Order: sequence, then C-alpha cells, then structure tokens
Amino acid sequence: MTEEKDELYFMEGFSVPESPAVGEQPQPWKTTHVVGSKLPRVDAYERVSGSAVYPSDVILPNMIYGVVLGCPYPNAKIKSVDISEAQRGQGVYAVIAGSTPRANIDWSYRGQVKSKLFDPHCRYEGDAVAAVAADTPYHAWDAARAIKVEYEILPFVVDQRTALDPKAPKVHEQGNVVGKPEVYQRGDVSEGFAGADVVLEQEYTTMSLLHTPMELHGAVAKWDGDLLTLWESTQGVFAVQWEMAQALKLPLSKVRVIGHYMGGGFGSKLQPGKYTACAAILARMTGRPVKILLTREETYLSTGNRPATIMKLKAGVKKDGTLTALQFTASGESGAYPAGGVSLLDFQIKELYTCPNVKCESTDVYVNAGPARPFRAPGHPPASFALEQMLDALAEAIEMDPLDLRLNNIPTHSQSKEKNPPYTSTDFKRCLEEGAKVFGWKEKRAAAKANEGGHIKRGIGMAGGTWFIGGGRPPSTVILRLYADGSANLNMGASDLGTGTKTIMAMIVSEELGLKPDMIRIDNADTGTTQFAIPSGGSKTVPSDGPATRGAAVHVKQQLLEMVAKDLKVKPEELIIAGGKVRVKDDPDKSVKISNISELNAQGVIVGVGHKKPNPPDRAINPFCAQFCEVMVDTRTGEVAVTRFVSSNDSGRVMNRLTYDNQVYGGITMGIGFAMTEGRVLDRNQTGKLCNRNWHDYKLPTAMDVPADMTSIPVDPHDTEANSIGAKGLGEPVTIPTAAAIANAVHNATGVRVTSTPMSTPQLCELLAEAKKKG
Amino acid sequence: MGKDADRPCCPSGKSPEDHQTQDGSVGTGMTRRGFLASLGAGAAVAAAGATLPAEAEQPIMKPEELSRITLRINGRLYPLLVEPRWSLLYVIREKLGLTGTKVGCERGECGACTVIIDGLPHYSCMMLAVEAEDRDITTLEGLMYGEELGPVQQAFLEEDAFQCGYCTPRQIMAVEGLLRSNPEPSMEAIRAGVSGNLCRCGAYHNIFKAASRAAKLKRGEGGTS
Repeated sequence: MTEEKDELYFMEGFSVPESPAVGEQPQPWKTTHVVGSKLPRVDAYERVSGSAVYPSDVILPNMIYGVVLGCPYPNAKIKSVDISEAQRGQGVYAVIAGSTPRANIDWSYRGQVKSKLFDPHCRYEGDAVAAVAADTPYHAWDAARAIKVEYEILPFVVDQRTALDPKAPKVHEQGNVVGKPEVYQRGDVSEGFAGADVVLEQEYTTMSLLHTPMELHGAVAKWDGDLLTLWESTQGVFAVQWEMAQALKLPLSKVRVIGHYMGGGFGSKLQPGKYTACAAILARMTGRPVKILLTREETYLSTGNRPATIMKLKAGVKKDGTLTALQFTASGESGAYPAGGVSLLDFQIKELYTCPNVKCESTDVYVNAGPARPFRAPGHPPASFALEQMLDALAEAIEMDPLDLRLNNIPTHSQSKEKNPPYTSTDFKRCLEEGAKVFGWKEKRAAAKANEGGHIKRGIGMAGGTWFIGGGRPPSTVILRLYADGSANLNMGASDLGTGTKTIMAMIVSEELGLKPDMIRIDNADTGTTQFAIPSGGSKTVPSDGPATRGAAVHVKQQLLEMVAKDLKVKPEELIIAGGKVRVKDDPDKSVKISNISELNAQGVIVGVGHKKPNPPDRAINPFCAQFCEVMVDTRTGEVAVTRFVSSNDSGRVMNRLTYDNQVYGGITMGIGFAMTEGRVLDRNQTGKLCNRNWHDYKLPTAMDVPADMTSIPVDPHDTEANSIGAKGLGEPVTIPTAAAIANAVHNATGVRVTSTPMSTPQLCELLAEAKKKG
Repeated sequence: MGKDADRPCCPSGKSPEDHQTQDGSVGTGMTRRGFLASLGAGAAVAAAGATLPAEAEQPIMKPEELSRITLRINGRLYPLLVEPRWSLLYVIREKLGLTGTKVGCERGECGACTVIIDGLPHYSCMMLAVEAEDRDITTLEGLMYGEELGPVQQAFLEEDAFQCGYCTPRQIMAVEGLLRSNPEPSMEAIRAGVSGNLCRCGAYHNIFKAASRAAKLKRGEGGTS
C-alpha cells in the first residue's frame, strides 16, 4: 500500500536540491525539473468546469441583495434624502443613507482626505448616496429608484487643463493641485541640451483607461454574532480586512475576508469599495447575508481608472547616439480624491536609458471624476508612449537605426535610485538583440523602405521598458504541511488573479520535495485561515511569496532529514531526498520512504514555515523587456491592423512556461487596447458625466483585434541575487512598451506621428488627411 | 451627448424614464407590463423564430404576479415561479445556483452569460426567463460527463486558454457552439466564433489554440499536446 502511494505521490529520477543548514538561505537552483516546465494549472479543472466559486457566485441561506444608489452629478451637495417610499417597497428589508446612524462612518482616501461613506458632498458621478437591501436585486432597484434625493448642483471640472486654470471650480477648497508637484533632478539639463547635436520637444497625451475586469466589483457580507465574514472579489484579502476593520471600527480578528477566486482586477481590486461597507451594514441591520454586485456602469464610475496624462518631453542626443538630456513635465488626474494621479509616471524617463542630465516634474490634479486606482504598471505605459516615440524621432533625426540608439544607452545600474545601486541582473541588451533577431528587425527595416505605392502600408516598430520593482517585498509568510503519507498542504495568503500563482507555488514545493504538483493542496486568500501576504499587485507576488514558499519547503526538508537521521543514526547532512525516499548519500541501500518515517507517522505532520527575506541591500531589482511589432495601415481610412508581436522579457527565471507566455500575450492584448481603442470620455462642456459608460462605447480588444502571430521570448539572466528563486515579476512589464511599439510602427508605415491615445481610426484618418494636404 | 444629467446611476437600460408612469411617479412594473405586451406582439415572436407560441394572446399580467414556468436546462426540468422581468441569467445563477454561467454586463456586450439555446450560443442576460420556456438550454455544467471534463473544457485546460477564468465558461460555450455547426473551423472562423466574448486578461491567443485542439479532440484525434 505504502509503496503504491509513494509511486503516486513522488516523482522518480532526480534528487531534490540539498537543504541548507538551519538558518541559512537555500542556494539558487542550478537545474530544475519542475520549475520552468509547461504545467497546466493546478486549479484549471475548477476554472473550466464552473465549479470554482467566485465571490459573485456565492449564494448563502437567507441571503438578500443590496444595491447602491449613486449621485448622478459630478459635483453636488445633498440637501435631503427621503427614503420613506423606498422603505415601503415590495421585498425591501433595509434602506440606508447619510442620516442612518449605523451608516454614519468615515471614509478615508489614502489617509489624506477624510469624508463619509455617504458624504453630503458628492465630488464625482456615481459616489454613494444610499443603499437598499431587498429579497431580489429587482426589488432593490425598484426601491433605490423610489429614493427621493434633493441635490444642490455645483459647477464641475472634469479635465486637468481646465482644472489648473485659476478660475476653474475647485474640487477641494485648497485648490486643484494634489499635494506638491513631484520633482526629480540629476545633472543639469540645460548643459545637456547645449551639448546635443539634435534637440526635440513634443507633447504627448494619453486618455484615462478603465480596468473593467470581467467579474464585477462586489462582496457578500455575513455576520455570525460580532464576527463579520466577507467574500470579496479582491486582489488582497488582508487589505480588505484592514480597511473594513478601520471603517467599521472592528478588531482585525473579527473581520474574515475570503477571496479564493477572483475574476480579474488589474489594480482596481487592491482595496474594498463603499459597496463592501454597505453590504456589511445592511447585513448587520437585517440579520441576513447581503450580496452586493455593482452594475457594470457603476464600476466604470467608481472603481478606479488609469489617470489621463499630459506629458511634455524634451530630449537631446549627439550624432553618435549618446543621450545628453531628458526633460519631462507632466500632469495626471487623481480624480476627486488623492489617488496617485502621477504615481510612477516618470520612472521610465529617469531609469531606462543612460542619460546624465534628467529633470522630471509631475503634477497631480483633482477633477470631478471617480478616484484613480493603480492600473497594471501605474504610470509606465503612458510614459513609455512618450519616451519610446521620442527615441524613435531622435534616431530618425541622427539617421540611426532606433534599435541601435537604444542599444547605445543601456545602463548597468539604477540611475534614479539613491546611491545608484547596480542591478541584481539586467538582460535588457539581450531582450533587444534576441527580440530583434526573432522578429527579423534589420531585414524588415531594409524591406520596408522598398515598400512604396498602394494605400495599404506596412510598418514595423519597437520599444523597450522596465518596471520599477522586481524583487517583491516582505512581509510574506507561507506554511507548508507535509502529511504522514507524503502529500502536502500549502497555506498562503496571496490571491491568484489568474496569473498562475497557485500553480507556481505548487511547482516550487514540487521542485524542493520531489512531490507531484497535484499532490499539493493549496489554501489561499482567506484572512481567517491563511498567512499574511501583501496584495497581489505590482508583479510582486511570485518574487514575494515564491521565496517564502521555497523557505517553507526547505524548513520541511530540514525537519524530515533530522527525523531520518535519528532513525538511521547518521548526521542530517549525510542524507539526500530522492524519489520519495530519504537515503544516505554514500550508501543507497540505507534509505527510508517518506511515508515510513516513524516520527512523522507518530506526529502526523511536519509544519514548515517560510518567510520572504528582505531584498539585498545596495542593489536594484528590475525586470526589463523589448517588444517588436508589425502593422498594416489603410491610409485611406485610417484603419490599423496589428499583425505581429514579438516580446522578449527579462523577468528573471521562468517559473511556468505555459502561464508565462499567457501573461505575455495578455499584456500585449491590454496594451493594444490602450494604444488603439480605449479612452474614458467625460463630457467636459455640459454635464461632466461619463459618456462611454459601457463596453459598446468603451471598446476593449476582442478576438478580432489581436494578432494571431504572437511570440514570447523569455530571456533569463540567471539572477542569483534578487531572491532565492531568481524571478523578477512579469505581469506589469509586459504591457509597458506595447502602445509605443505600435505608435512607432504606425509612423514607420505612414510617416505620421500619433502623439495621443487612443490611435483610433477617426484620429488617424484625420492625421493622414492632414499629412496628405501638406504633401 | 444624448445623456440625461438627471439619470441616477443605476443598471444600464433601467433608467428611471423606463419606469415612470405617465403621471411621472415612479412605478414598479407599469412599463414592464407594456414591455411584455409589446414583446408578445412582436419581439418575442421574432426571437422565437419560426415557432410562434400558440398562446401569444396572453392576458396582461399584474407586475407583482409570478409566472409558473418550466425551464429545460442540461436535460433536467425545473418548474419555477418567476417574475416576468427576471432575466434567464438571473434565474440560472441566483435561483438555480448554476454559477458556471457568469454575469458581466447584463446588457449583451461581454458574453459572460453565454448559454447554448436550441444549439446556438445566446446571451442569457438578454432573454427573459419566461421567454426561455420550451427551449433546450445547455449551460457549462451540461458539457461535463459526470465529473469528467468535456473535450472543449479539456482543450482549454491543456492550452492554458484562460487567466482569471471568469470569461472562460462562455468562451467554452462559444467554442462548443462553433464546433457543433462547424467541426473543422479555420482560424478566421474561430476568431469570429469567439469574438462576441470579451476576455480582459487577453487570453485570446490561447483560446484560438484551444479551439483548434478541441476540434481535434471532438473528432477523436486526441493524444497529448
């Protein structure tokens, strides 16, 4: 029986990595057997069978439904709210508004500006005014519509150019600039420009983007006495726990948040929403579980966005391709409350290419619109849209291949971090070279020049990128339990957003113990039962929780070896683990099956604990990437077809090639949306309201908009310093250069520079017509 | 702009104008009643195709009245009491607990709620439950062989044709619907076949691969990928 089990549970044919002495860090893996392979996800069955229960799927006994009534104006004060008719509505259990004592709670924005859950001053369309719970969502909406609200409608401002005008309506009393402008400076830009052979200056603008994850924002709240349980579609259960405990004035121990599955977030689900608090309050008042799912339209208004930007970039270059100066002046929109409107916007500019003289100034602006939230690589894709197009223009001006201009300016150390630390690894050069080789960059550039005549033009473009953080960060704790039969349970707090986190962690355990990945059960994303983790965002999850998982597996092994050492009367360091057995290194006949270890059988389980260690001091950890693409432009209509993409990524070690490539394709797809079709439109003239409030008017890339020809080229620098698994994070870097690469390809095809997103058919049609007129 | 500044933020297509009675007060079903009456005369008949329901001349119902209907889902019969305005999606998910069918927009844009009705993929958010009587409805759960995955599901698993997995059920339904009518689809047919289903994670590339693989699995040309 045991023998059969061992064959079922463990893999034959290799020894697992040696265990370090207690208290020491494991060495980087030299070779791997599981990590890096193409392993289908450990939770794929649940996701394709429909058996995975997402928070929006939760149905509880006695559960009722809540809805949140939003303010229809971008700026209005509430004079009165009459809920009496709503309370009498069919199927209604409770109605809450600003005057409801239980709903009179504070709502904080980044700890900087305090307001109320139902604030008497609604500074953006869709801010919460009241909420209803009823037996069906239909009855709840009937009642919400019966709430009579009297508003004092105030003047509004919904775009940053107008907001910075001294005569503009003020979103907050102190004015429309959030805090102080962020300033960065090194060297002397005027000296740099003086020393340049070519100086160019250009303004670039990018529109605000909406995350629109497929699963709506929402929560189910249930009380057991004074214990609140929330099922929330979230990227970070501990962040939701913290914020709800603060808002509802509860001890952390009384708030349990569960988010086993979640249907996409992209940064918009790093925090709870007002709907979460409403669900909890309504559930408390009615004594029943309450489910609130926002409508799609409400998510457009109130669950965040990528801020719109206006960026001026001035750059100088010498004829030999040396960058001499970069000056970046930008503004972005936080929305109605402080929300990082220019967060990380200047990072590409000051970090990616070697340049001695750099000055960046970024101003965050209040407007009467829903507050921003982090959106996949905050600040980076807009800045890349500016920087990478500027590099192309500089290359053209000095008659240099834009690829060579980039290869000329690759730093070995961080230029913008304090003390200029060297990178733990950078293969940016190889990304550019290998990507160019696979794409056929040089050949295609030569061919493109000959491609004249006809109204369909082909063009190629490329861009590089880096992401500001690659090493993850503490704290993360992971617990691995090895059962007496040799199967295991991995316990971690992190959410799996669909990036394949659970599968990667199972692969790490498998690598360390030789255990088959499907013999590892994973419990995650539950504040009641799993260990603390930072929210899954910023491409930090694998580099944070991966090393913690490896640490937990190593801790299990150390205990395993000590147990067997006692049994066999040898020292632990004389033992190795292979094929489900622990055996003496020099004497293969002296071995014990893991399922036969007497002490393990007696105590039932070995508990291993792993922590994310601090990042190495005096080092910068950053992922890099380069993307190459081909487009076809119809110069009569302005239609663009993106026909090919090659992405080469230095994100450190490839953990799972299957989910790695999927991330790459997904990042490109999202970048195509930013580049070509997406842009939130607010009516700046008459109403200040959102004009494109659904997926018809705010168009995402569909199956028809992505190239069938996409290639992912992992470039692994074998980073031994970043952390114990050598991975640097992939999800964000892969979407950073996409829009810029397309813009460069469109220019290559047509000679037209598109400096504002989206590069839509109407915009391009107009630009092409203008270009034709000019001849 | 065509946007009414006074419109409260409420579910799309359910602005208060739709629910106001002629005297301007907010009603809870007057318009829905009118809606149903007009549907009975036109849209529902068009939607039902050639099968004109014999009882097209039903009396107008009161808003609070529940309809007794029987839905046929995955070969099982479900007798139900429903409000006439309940969408098929709402009934499938919240009343029957078949949560493999997802909710994304409730206005026929994203396809998250796709089910197969009489052999063709449909958005279940765009159909009332009362309209779905006497139709043959298949949800994701209906593609399973007991606990075993169906061939399209298996192909999605092997090709990693999803990330968060929330649009996955209906991508699978779209591919299932495509392969039922076109067992050997070209790449262009596959792209068109799944183009009514948004995937924000951007897993389209692998969905194309999974559709090709599913076609092979369905034809019995299995083997490891």
